[in-house]
Amino acid sequence: MTPAVELSNVTKQFGDVVAVRDLDLTIADGEFFSLLGPSGCGKTTTLRMIAGFEFPTVGSLRIHGHEMGLQPPNKRPVNTVFQSYALFPHMTVSENVGFGLRMNKRATAEIGERVTRALGMVQLAHRADAKPNELSGGQQQRVALARALVNEPEVLLLDEPLGALDLKLRQAMQLELKELQQRVGITFVYVTHDQDEALTMSDRIGVMNEGSLLQIGEPQQIYEHPTSRFVADFIGEINLLPAVVVDHESVRLHGGHVIRATTGAAAGEAVTVAIRPERLELYDLDEVIPDTANRLEATVQRRIYHGDVFYYDVDTPAGVIEAKEENRPGVELYEIGEKTVVVWAPEATTVVQE
Amino acid sequence: MTTGTAEVETVTPELEAAAERAQSRRGVLIALPSWAYLILFFAVPLVIVLVYSFATRSSTGLTQLEGWNLDSYARLWDPLVGEIALRSLLLATTTTVICLVVAYPFAYYIATRRPVVRNVLLILVMIPFWSNFLVRTYAWRVLLGTDGPLSQLSQSLGGEPIRLLFTNTAVLIGLVYGFLPFMVLPLYAALERMDWRLVEAARDLYANGWTAFRRVTWPLSRPGVVAGSILVFIPTLGAYVTPAILGGAKTVMLGDYIVSQFLAARNQPFGSALSIAVMSVMLGATIMYFRSGARSL
Amino acid sequence: MSTTSGVRPKSPTERLLAANSWVVYAFFYAPILVLIVFSFNDNNNVGIWTEPSFRWYEAMLDDNDVLRAIRTSLIVALISTVVATILGTMAALALERFRFRGQRAYDGLVYLPIIIPDVTMAVMLLLFFAQGFRILDGLIGWSPSFGIGTISLSHIAFNISFVAVVVRARLGQLDPRLEEAAADLYANRWQAFRRVTLPLILPGVMGGALLALTLSLDDVVVTSFVAGPGATTLPVYVFGLVRRAVTPLINAVSTTMLVASMILVGISLGFQRNTRSTVPVTEPQPEPANQ
Repeated sequence: MTPAVELSNVTKQFGDVVAVRDLDLTIADGEFFSLLGPSGCGKTTTLRMIAGFEFPTVGSLRIHGHEMGLQPPNKRPVNTVFQSYALFPHMTVSENVGFGLRMNKRATAEIGERVTRALGMVQLAHRADAKPNELSGGQQQRVALARALVNEPEVLLLDEPLGALDLKLRQAMQLELKELQQRVGITFVYVTHDQDEALTMSDRIGVMNEGSLLQIGEPQQIYEHPTSRFVADFIGEINLLPAVVVDHESVRLHGGHVIRATTGAAAGEAVTVAIRPERLELYDLDEVIPDTANRLEATVQRRIYHGDVFYYDVDTPAGVIEAKEENRPGVELYEIGEKTVVVWAPEATTVVQE
Repeated sequence: MTTGTAEVETVTPELEAAAERAQSRRGVLIALPSWAYLILFFAVPLVIVLVYSFATRSSTGLTQLEGWNLDSYARLWDPLVGEIALRSLLLATTTTVICLVVAYPFAYYIATRRPVVRNVLLILVMIPFWSNFLVRTYAWRVLLGTDGPLSQLSQSLGGEPIRLLFTNTAVLIGLVYGFLPFMVLPLYAALERMDWRLVEAARDLYANGWTAFRRVTWPLSRPGVVAGSILVFIPTLGAYVTPAILGGAKTVMLGDYIVSQFLAARNQPFGSALSIAVMSVMLGATIMYFRSGARSL
Repeated sequence: MSTTSGVRPKSPTERLLAANSWVVYAFFYAPILVLIVFSFNDNNNVGIWTEPSFRWYEAMLDDNDVLRAIRTSLIVALISTVVATILGTMAALALERFRFRGQRAYDGLVYLPIIIPDVTMAVMLLLFFAQGFRILDGLIGWSPSFGIGTISLSHIAFNISFVAVVVRARLGQLDPRLEEAAADLYANRWQAFRRVTLPLILPGVMGGALLALTLSLDDVVVTSFVAGPGATTLPVYVFGLVRRAVTPLINAVSTTMLVASMILVGISLGFQRNTRSTVPVTEPQPEPANQ
């Protein structure tokens, strides 16, 4: 099956600034793909190159197999949902939604019917004659979505569309977008700096930083097995501990402790050990710990209440580690200054080579 | 089309540059008509004036283009020219200062009203501003006449008839009247844009009203002050209509002096030199203004 | 600006400011009102009030010179406004939406007429036309004469810049994403311009056109230099009258001009209010080339 979008060797330079560097990216047909990264990492530039608002400096950009690198945006079978929605303020909602169809010279009757259907899909049929400035942010966003989808593009591009919405609305929209994509079956390319969003919605995520693509994979893969320090740090909370490789089953932390972890690095190499706080458990000094588990003596430095969880900052010979424990009856609370053992499974230990 | 690499044309820097050049060409095309018009009817005339400023005046008042010289520019140092220039400078400066002093509290007042009131007040300023300049200046001619209404008013109050017409003062009044809106609007714009919470913060930190103004409002409104001053000073320096209507023989300003070179005095080279000189001063002032970091008028 | 509390005790400073404002408004309007009132004066002397009459308005309507001057003013204003608006809008677009070599020089060229004092402008155009006609005469034995043509061409010359500045300000506030969205939705460049850009900058274009119209109708110096014997515009005619002898006829003419320009402004403000989005109507205007 022809991939929906293929970028080969794409570099984009603005004068001396390299915004995107040597990008190789394949997005499968019908998938929900997210480009995730901090501001300035090049994700928006990449999206704009797919849309046609920028041309690559070097490289090839194909949409369903057709080379589109230098095509202007109005000749590409893609549509964009902009961060600021970019609704035409002087047109009504239905005029906005029908714009693309009008530009493609569709028959008036067809336009009317498709617009009504698109508005129905986003539950805004009753506001068809309103002007954009009469709508709330969430409604404007849905109009932008309808305006793009009504054209049945081969690829839909979304540039941080939920950024301006408040939390509850954003979470609701995330689910709606995901469902919509699955129903309609169009390839979505979604740009965001919010990793929660990316993890929730995507079939696959591409993490970018400073113009380069660092890791691509399914959300679980990215979260559980980051392949670089940056990705480990960027996604979710993480404890990063410097270590030295002993062999491919163990590493030595600062302070001398050796723990079990799988790694392909050579002995003696300096690496970083990454452990998610929720995989760490605090044990009393006299509790029984499974043999295969990793452990470190720890003194509780700080306890932070966070509603659904407690965060513990514990001091260990390898440094200060953050553990996350559920807040529910039956889970023991630890006091500041208390001596405990912090325990975790070797499988939860990711070794990253940088 | 297959995804084989053989037929695919990948983008190269040359191709990207070509695409950008095509975009530039479109821009040039759109700029072309106005560019051509301005070159023909502005740049070329400017060059002609420059050329004429180096020409000679024949005894009959015709301009002779042979025999380039700097005579006209030398004459710029004439005491008479200096006197006129000084008077114009003085008048322009005085006008600017008066406008500033009058306009600032006025603009401040408007800027501190509620938005609805603000708009109404502004429109009330705009209405006389948009009406014909000549007419507004002429109105003062009527007002300041020796048998005019102001004179009659002062006489009925037991005073003297007003003899202001054709004096420097009359010109000053006319200039202030004509250009006050040019000071009000930029000042208003600067004050309106200001973050008034800063004044509140100053008050919170124990400043009284006057100190808060001196240390917060005034410095922040300075761009508006500068913009307004430029908008008043520059045209006032080269003013023609107002001194012509309200002034007399004793109040000749640069504008009138230049015009007379092309009418009565028939000394085009000298008039051209004067024009170039005045224009250069204004250009210099404007460039200095922009260099000082201001973005727009 | 956020005026925090609507309820504020009227301090002495407030009262002073308010009083000052009233004085300024009186200063603005008194001369105009006096003029209007005195245009209905029955006296030959401009300043002495006797009794109300329409006498001077009748005289004005009988005066062929005045009527001809009005006609010329309107023709010139119309031509120069239309042409300058089109050229000025194109200039604004070229400067805001494109990048090309020599753009900075072009920017300076477009800006320059605003800074130039109108006396200099008048001199420039007079010499240009005079010299040009001389050359033409030498080449083909004929040259045009000074008149409506030269006046219109001159007005266009300075109006282009003003229109460009106004439209450019409006363009600058336009979200460039809107034009990208149009392209994203299959509009070609012309369609994007016609259906998105133009409707949204229309208030700016109208504002620029109004400014051009006003400047053209107001202009004295440039017009008087390039008018020639046959043609004259209303302000130049009035200016001539004022220089010679002040009669109440001028009052009547002036009042008519006043009322006409106010009506014009009223119409344009009404238009802007209908089509406005977020641009305030009262932006600081660049100064006209006349005084």
